[in-house]
Amino acid sequence: MSPAQQHGTPDAATTEPERFEVVFDGRPLPAIAGQSVGSVLTDAGIRSWRTTRTQLRPRGLFCGIGVCYECLITVDGEPNQRACLVPARPGMALSSTVLGNGPFDTAGETDD
Amino acid sequence: MTEHPRDITATSPRYDVAVVGAGPAGLAAAVTAAEAGCRVVLVDAGQQPGGQYWRHPDETAPRGDESLGHHDWSTFAGLRTRLHGLVRRQRITYLPRRQVWFVQRPSTGDEPPAHTLHLTTAYAGADGGDDGPDAVTGDAVILCPGGYDRQLPIPGWDLPGVMAAGGVQALLKGHRTVAGRRAIVAGTGPFLLPVATGLAQAGADVVAVCEAGSITGWSRDPLAAAAVPGKGREALEYATALIRHRIPYRQRTAITAIRGTDTVQSVELSRLDREGRIRKQAGTVDVDLVALGWGFTPSLELVTATGAATRKDIDDSLVAVVDEEQRATVPGIYVAGEATGVGGAVLAVAEGELAGLITARDQRAAVSQESVRALQKRITRHRRFAAAMHTAHPVPRHWHDWLHPETTVCRCEEVSYQQVCGARDDLGAGDARTVKLMARPGMGWCQGRVCGFASAKLAAAREGRALTADDLRPTAKQPFAAPISLEQLAEGPQHE
Ligand SMILES: Cc1cc2nc3c(=O)[nH]c(=O)nc-3n(C[C@H](O)[C@H](O)[C@H](O)COP(=O)(O)OP(=O)(O)OC[C@H]3O[C@@H](n4cnc5c(N)ncnc54)[C@H](O)[C@@H]3O)c2cc1C
Ligand code: FES
Repeated sequence: MSPAQQHGTPDAATTEPERFEVVFDGRPLPAIAGQSVGSVLTDAGIRSWRTTRTQLRPRGLFCGIGVCYECLITVDGEPNQRACLVPARPGMALSSTVLGNGPFDTAGETDD
Repeated sequence: MTEHPRDITATSPRYDVAVVGAGPAGLAAAVTAAEAGCRVVLVDAGQQPGGQYWRHPDETAPRGDESLGHHDWSTFAGLRTRLHGLVRRQRITYLPRRQVWFVQRPSTGDEPPAHTLHLTTAYAGADGGDDGPDAVTGDAVILCPGGYDRQLPIPGWDLPGVMAAGGVQALLKGHRTVAGRRAIVAGTGPFLLPVATGLAQAGADVVAVCEAGSITGWSRDPLAAAAVPGKGREALEYATALIRHRIPYRQRTAITAIRGTDTVQSVELSRLDREGRIRKQAGTVDVDLVALGWGFTPSLELVTATGAATRKDIDDSLVAVVDEEQRATVPGIYVAGEATGVGGAVLAVAEGELAGLITARDQRAAVSQESVRALQKRITRHRRFAAAMHTAHPVPRHWHDWLHPETTVCRCEEVSYQQVCGARDDLGAGDARTVKLMARPGMGWCQGRVCGFASAKLAAAREGRALTADDLRPTAKQPFAAPISLEQLAEGPQHE
């Protein structure tokens, strides 16, 4: 191991990250500190949390890194948040947007 | 995006060097320039340093060994230690969770030609309540924005459970989340291997890696591979892991349709000929996760915003034109990493380091010419390797034969293949820009980052000609590099 590897990080082996719950459409889901909302939903087996505007097709994570905007979700009342980027916080309320009441109706059209 | 009043610079702190991106390239650039004596600001959209390659669990909530699944972790640990030290000594101002949404060009005659980077939080609440600057100015700016997975539309690719290969990797590396239980990894290029072995090591059943190309392509330039022995070792490790996990590596094979109702249930495989036409069906496989990757698309929005020249690279990506010292064609702008050509993290580090040295030298710091030459040599070797890799793993020429009329091309605006073709055949749109205006692919939230490459390819193919840089430029030319609020627009550069 290079000397550099011994620096800069907490002692990973001995610390346990905090565990808590978030609420998705009224349903509590387990989360671990540091997880993104998208990761929490995926761990819970949830793959889709919105439908598209015209064809009402289900959407969830695609690019995983904030590029595609497929994973938009409402977080504590704030619509159009990227689930793959937003970190989960204790008690966070997540809600899906389905059946055309999609995020695209409330904002966006950034480049029309 | 040309003329904007620039009085906002009065309120934006000024640095010798502003670096965008804390991935392999940006980290190396920032610490190198700072150690050479420059005052540096490092802006990054990520929560913590590492970029895409060294993505790792939240450092404030560690999840076991943070280097799990990583190559070159000691390189990262070294760069991070240097970064922390330089931040403590106030040589680097590090601004994570900040996205550059607008680049303000210098006024004519400004010396040095300082650019101002306008910042927004990467997501709501990302600033954690601290009041970072809304803009920073760099006498020199090093752009290291990296890139994202390149995608090709295929029937059913918009079903949940179908993900970009890099996204699957990001969930694994960043969160220890396994995106599915029974997975298939498909597309082209060596990056499919770490994704497949990463999934298998995390407990997923990986039914196959489907490589549209063939690794015999490597024999065309064996010297290139030999020039970078580390890569050979890495490939061997992946090959061993594939065997250990009994993952078949199926060459000249592609997923040509994905089936399911609300989520992916199965995929149809096809054997391809050399040109990517379907030769024969190769069966249906039940899976709950599909990871797709066709190489990477460099992020060129910021480069384009500076007015710097771009060109089409050997892998059909739009990249920044740089000289042998990482200078873009606009004074004061330097580019390093994937944005100069997709070539992997080792190359990105070397380019970042070189850009850091050169910006320091251009600002009259003493810099060892020997180090510059050694880096240039390393970069040349890795570029040659990258070129061999791209030649061996092209996007199959006839991939669009796999599409059905109703296949979704643009996922945001739900534009079908038929509609894209219609724009050309019925309305006479002969280039990607016109197709985009008529059929609206690439007009949604992602601004064409997902379908831009494919739309450009389709437009060129229907005209019966090769892809050009002009086909690719519309996607890279965006009014803003990130969606921003109306409030920010109102407060932003134009109205100050
Ligand atoms: C999702 C994904 C996963 C990958 N996983 C692997 C892997 O496992 N193995 C492998 O060999 N290669 C992988 N790659 C390829 C690898 O990431 C690159 O070869 C390497 O990271 C390039 O380094 P870079 O510094 O050029 O860019 P990156 O590592 O992409 O870093 C760029 C940084 O710039 C930031 N940025 C971009 N635009 C802005 C902006 N406007 N404002 C502020 N910050 C910005 C990004 O957030 C990012 O942190 C992956 C690529 C992707 C996209
Ligand atoms: S998954 Fe693409 S932006 Fe979140």
